[in-house]
Amino acid sequence: MKIIKDKAIVEDSWTHYDGTGDIPAGDLIVPLAVWKEMDLSGRKVGLRLEPDDHPGDMVDDLDSFDLIAINFPSFNDGRGYSYAKILRDRFGYSKEIRAIGDVMRDQIFYMQRCGFNAYEVKADRDIKDALHAFDDFTVTYQTSADEAVPLYRRK
Amino acid sequence: MYIYNQHDQQIVEQRAAQFRDQVKRRLSGELKEDEFRMLRLQNGLYLQIHAYMLRVAVPYGLMSSRQLRMLSAIATKYDRGYGHMTTRQNIQFNWPNLEDVPNILDDLATVQMHAIQTSGNCIRNISADQLAGVARDEVVDPRPYAEIMRQWSTFHPEFAYLPRKFKFAFTGAKQDRAAIKFHDIGYRAVKNDTGDIGFEVYVGGGMGRTPMIGKVINSFVPEADLITYTEAIMRVYNQFGRRDNKYKARIKILVHELGVEEFTSRVDAEFAALGREGAVPLDRAEIERVSAYFTDPDYAELPDQCGALEQNLLDNKDFSFWYKQNVLSHKKAGYAIVNLSLKKPGVPPGDITDKQMLVVADLADQYSFGELRSTHEQNLVFADVRKEDLFDLWQSLRDTGFAEPNIGTMQDMICCPGLDFCTLANARSIPIAEKITRRFDDMDYLYDLGELKLKMSGCINACGHHHVGHIGILGVNKKGTEFYQITLGGDATDTASIGKIMGRGFPEDEIIPALEDILKIYIDIRTPGERFIDTYRRVGAEPFKAIYEEFSLRGAEL
Repeated sequence: MKIIKDKAIVEDSWTHYDGTGDIPAGDLIVPLAVWKEMDLSGRKVGLRLEPDDHPGDMVDDLDSFDLIAINFPSFNDGRGYSYAKILRDRFGYSKEIRAIGDVMRDQIFYMQRCGFNAYEVKADRDIKDALHAFDDFTVTYQTSADEAVPLYRRK
Repeated sequence: MYIYNQHDQQIVEQRAAQFRDQVKRRLSGELKEDEFRMLRLQNGLYLQIHAYMLRVAVPYGLMSSRQLRMLSAIATKYDRGYGHMTTRQNIQFNWPNLEDVPNILDDLATVQMHAIQTSGNCIRNISADQLAGVARDEVVDPRPYAEIMRQWSTFHPEFAYLPRKFKFAFTGAKQDRAAIKFHDIGYRAVKNDTGDIGFEVYVGGGMGRTPMIGKVINSFVPEADLITYTEAIMRVYNQFGRRDNKYKARIKILVHELGVEEFTSRVDAEFAALGREGAVPLDRAEIERVSAYFTDPDYAELPDQCGALEQNLLDNKDFSFWYKQNVLSHKKAGYAIVNLSLKKPGVPPGDITDKQMLVVADLADQYSFGELRSTHEQNLVFADVRKEDLFDLWQSLRDTGFAEPNIGTMQDMICCPGLDFCTLANARSIPIAEKITRRFDDMDYLYDLGELKLKMSGCINACGHHHVGHIGILGVNKKGTEFYQITLGGDATDTASIGKIMGRGFPEDEIIPALEDILKIYIDIRTPGERFIDTYRRVGAEPFKAIYEEFSLRGAEL
């Protein structure tokens, strides 16, 4: 599967696994419960966060994950934006933060500003088109994950 | 007023281009309606009963004559020749075609206007005291702060998909004219003992089906912390506000369910954490940069007494009524503040035609430094008129239809679009408002009633602010028939209160008789000079319940 990572289209090396059936080979993205209960040693593990899973509840474990995938069951549920921001700014998480679920071109610009750097664009959308999202705006007012100072100090 | 720099301009132009592309993708079928819906709403575009409706932002209600001329041109070219001033100081166009909206946004961008975040579950356009900068009771001019917050909230990446819509209001005066206690966040700019500027912050006010009065969660947030403190509130809300039920998703419910204390402590903790993470304080230089756009206009030094005005007031009774009712005193000697009433029997409250807009723009140029304001009570204001010009201005306003001497009277009612336009409404409101303004059109009677805030909504969402009307009317629908409930005792000002429902709703034909009965009771029991709201507060609802007996006597079925 192709994803967008660091503003480029790349082949994804990760597999989502929800804990049912045989454990697939390779690097896995799993829910917190699966990571806690199953032996996943010998591979890279990514954590899948749902909107109800607050990153503050798993601060001590964050180092164990090579990736955090934040799920957007619906694009309307904006909790994931705050979670990404908190993971970056508060918990210093510096590896991949990936948006999954209802991820479309029109949300990606905001997502990257909040600290996401990878996107599983919805299957029925043109991933090449989604790349244009990064060019929607060349100017932004606020500080965010991608801007340490507000616009008025940048001039 | 604030003038865009190249960055501000670039942002609105890029937004227009982005929306043009989104419309293209919608028309091609690539975007589904439910996906497009959130995108168009964040650009103020609603789908109403008959057509799309575009809500254009008027930040804190301030407009230039040039901008008004563009709004007029848009009304002519893309709409049916009129616009509608809203209860949050914006202007709506009721009939644009979807295909035309990108062009409208391009036109708006040429005069530094846009429709950004006038709807959707994001931080909405910011409203403020319509008398900011000219009111005598003002402590701090809130406009620079409202503009700073406009910029900060524009495309804030973290807060574009909140649980529900989010509204800010600003005042810097002693008397609250911006209904700050009925906003998600209300800010009152104040000065502390050492003269430093800060904000009293009210959170969790609102109307809708669960009306609540905002609570003070901090009585002095220093100006340097305005943005970071707001960010802390927004982040607590974005993470913990309810998303399981649209009707419980506003911040007022979160504040209510957590309790003010717990909510405040979460905000404080978030604020402290943001500080540790390097939040950038709002610096004085930026406040001064923005404040420089809101300095006093080039006032003439005039005596406060104006002989010509005094003479005209003596000579012309109609002029003197208008002066007494629609003109307010100004902080600057020799100047006055003029309300343009957009409430006239036969016209939906807040409506203004393209031709009227052009006249108003010319009058603003001639008499008020080329600027005007919109008010949350759906009127317009010329903030800086020389007293010696008032008589001439009045004559021009009379010719345009904006000199009805009814500001603050029962005719000056707030009203939502209702079932004639809105997909949410349960009942019509504009035709009822029209009946009321026609029936209560005797100015002597209205003046005798004194200040009386009448507000009407066509459904429980309360866009017509019925909860805070001294008399409120709420349209409901029972088995296909419209009924109208009456509430008494609401107040949107510093002495905020939420109106109480009198009892069962009245059928349409019985609203006017019921209002007549309420007013009769009020006139009978008021003390000399006592306003309706004060009488109600003194005696309570009980004496007014007699209206149901009168209703039965008329033979109507309850």
